[in-house]
Amino acid sequence: MAAAATCGSVAASTGSAVATASKNNVTSFQRRGPRASGTNDSGPRLVSIAGTRPSVRNGQLLVSTGLPALDQLLGGGLAVGTVLLIEEDKYNIYSPLLFKYFLAEGIVNGHTLLVASAKEDPANILQELPAPLLDDKCKKEFDEDVYNHKTPESNIKMKIAWRYQLLPKMEIGPVSSSRFGHYYDASKRMPQELIEASNWHGFFLPEKISSTLKVEPCSLTPGYTKLLQFIQNIIYEEGFDGSNPQKKQRNILRIGIQNLGSPLWGDDICCAENGGNSHSLTKFLYVLRGLLRTSLSACIITMPTHLIQNKAIIARVTTLSDIVVGLESFIGSERETNPLYKDYHGLIHIRQIPRLNNLICDESDVKDLAFKLKRKLFTIECITKLRSYDLRSQIYFLSRHLQRKFSIKKNPYFKEPHTLKKIY
Amino acid sequence: MFVELNNLLNTTPDRAEQGKLTLLCDAKTDGSFLVHHFLSFYLKANCKVCFVALIQSFSHYSIVGQKLGVSLTMARERGQLVFLEGLKSAVDVVFQAQKEPHPLQFLREANAGNLKPLFEFVREALKPIDSGEARWTYPVLLVDDLSVLLSLGMGAVAVLDFIHYCRATVCWELKGNVVVLVHDSGDAEDEENDILLNGLSHQSHLILRAEGLATGFCRDVHGQLRILWRRPSQPTVHRDQSFTYQYKIQDKSVSFFAKGMSPAVL
Repeated sequence: MAAAATCGSVAASTGSAVATASKNNVTSFQRRGPRASGTNDSGPRLVSIAGTRPSVRNGQLLVSTGLPALDQLLGGGLAVGTVLLIEEDKYNIYSPLLFKYFLAEGIVNGHTLLVASAKEDPANILQELPAPLLDDKCKKEFDEDVYNHKTPESNIKMKIAWRYQLLPKMEIGPVSSSRFGHYYDASKRMPQELIEASNWHGFFLPEKISSTLKVEPCSLTPGYTKLLQFIQNIIYEEGFDGSNPQKKQRNILRIGIQNLGSPLWGDDICCAENGGNSHSLTKFLYVLRGLLRTSLSACIITMPTHLIQNKAIIARVTTLSDIVVGLESFIGSERETNPLYKDYHGLIHIRQIPRLNNLICDESDVKDLAFKLKRKLFTIECITKLRSYDLRSQIYFLSRHLQRKFSIKKNPYFKEPHTLKKIY
Repeated sequence: MFVELNNLLNTTPDRAEQGKLTLLCDAKTDGSFLVHHFLSFYLKANCKVCFVALIQSFSHYSIVGQKLGVSLTMARERGQLVFLEGLKSAVDVVFQAQKEPHPLQFLREANAGNLKPLFEFVREALKPIDSGEARWTYPVLLVDDLSVLLSLGMGAVAVLDFIHYCRATVCWELKGNVVVLVHDSGDAEDEENDILLNGLSHQSHLILRAEGLATGFCRDVHGQLRILWRRPSQPTVHRDQSFTYQYKIQDKSVSFFAKGMSPAVL
């Protein structure tokens, strides 16, 4: 597994007033050596962290987001030290799912969790986490659920439906015995013993709001200031930034903040266009990112951006976050009746991927992605199945063939070939 | 330093112009490759560089700099590079009470202040040492990026004042260069950002604008770069020169080509 950070000794400052004496600087952006895939032999000098792996592109340490399909779209996973911002869907139905997958992944890997919410008690959030699907049960679960005549098996070379082979592959099956990225059953709860065995910290705003502030308020709303103080405290006390001499921590801290920016946090950007503290949220994000960059932690934030009145703030928040993923559900919108979106529950937009330690980033070519929540699984798929423009007749014949061979339900828009012009 | 970009701008590290303000601007895409270019360019030109890096950490620039052939750690050790790491300093400012004024002091203040401590830091970093020997050719200030200062509570006027003071000191007094990056928010109606961008566009000598393609995402052409030379001090007798190129970013370099002449298309 990955070789963890050896504290790269940054040379002492040369008379610069600001380069504060930083001792062994544990940033998460250390270059991992090429021996990253080696096994742990006896007496290792470098400890590997469970649930992480180095990025193929630049050796960055990555953690899984809890959804292997999302990991693939983000270039392997979420880099340690970065912020994943989820723009909530309109009725906040699917973004809590992504939030819970992230936390569940942390529990399965043994990471420390920090859950912050202004709406729900973190203990209740943890009770509702989905149960992990273990390898031996996986195959049976998938045979019931998977729509297997639409997605190709990777090894079978297709003779008839050869155009499907050119489609990008989205993994929906379990990778056996993978220690990175697990599958979860959304209909079952995480077993109680796993939750109790994990190390977690909760921040529930109504409880903490009455305690006194240790830091002077710096024009952030009190809720944000307290949260920052709490996070910084945990990072220091448990040694995630390597500065505490008593604690030698070699684990990842997963931070989850729910509904940031909503009025429950005391912020008014969702209520008024030019409120009093319009810089509170952006300042909070900046300082949070500063904390994350200097510690072994990764953060997921869900934010109701559709409620923010001032569009400029959304642009600024996007710039200040590393990865931004937007969810758009079809409930109540005119797209619900569109036959193209019949099988899906919403669209997922990857709005931004960071370029870390690199000039380029792993942007995926597939831009039109949709998600659906089946009985047990949350899957992400590419909508447009066949994208070449000279394929009209082949689509028609192909669909007829597939109907006969796999007995697919007849799709209304494959009925007459001349109507394809309208759609394509 | 990207050799092709040097050719387009008609400069080399040996004979670069002095006393200029260069504005880097990006719209709908990431223009940080321009920052990496100028950082390595001025380090190779043996200039004293003060880099105010507000958006990423030191190791990010250091690793990319190694790909471009400069070592930021060595430059910092021998005093050529003064690096202000915004993210790390912000944590120090917010959580620990500082005795002496800190460049990012404004994070602690409730009202929009001014950027005077930051300017003092820059001036202190770039002032010439009176030791007799001239080790570095001329000072350079690099800021990545100014739009973050707006997000942190500064007004557009305060940021413009800061750039004005820096220009007066670095460009006019010390005969150095200033390079700043500003995001163009496009249709996001960020008025403060537009004020900042327009104000800087009128003051700068060279504007490099990286734009995403109007037609959307493309794997082979990552964007379009518009280069505009200006002479703000003289009345416009000559027209401002402007060129447009498309580019593709690779692992260690950026290749530029005329519009529509991408190697993937030809």
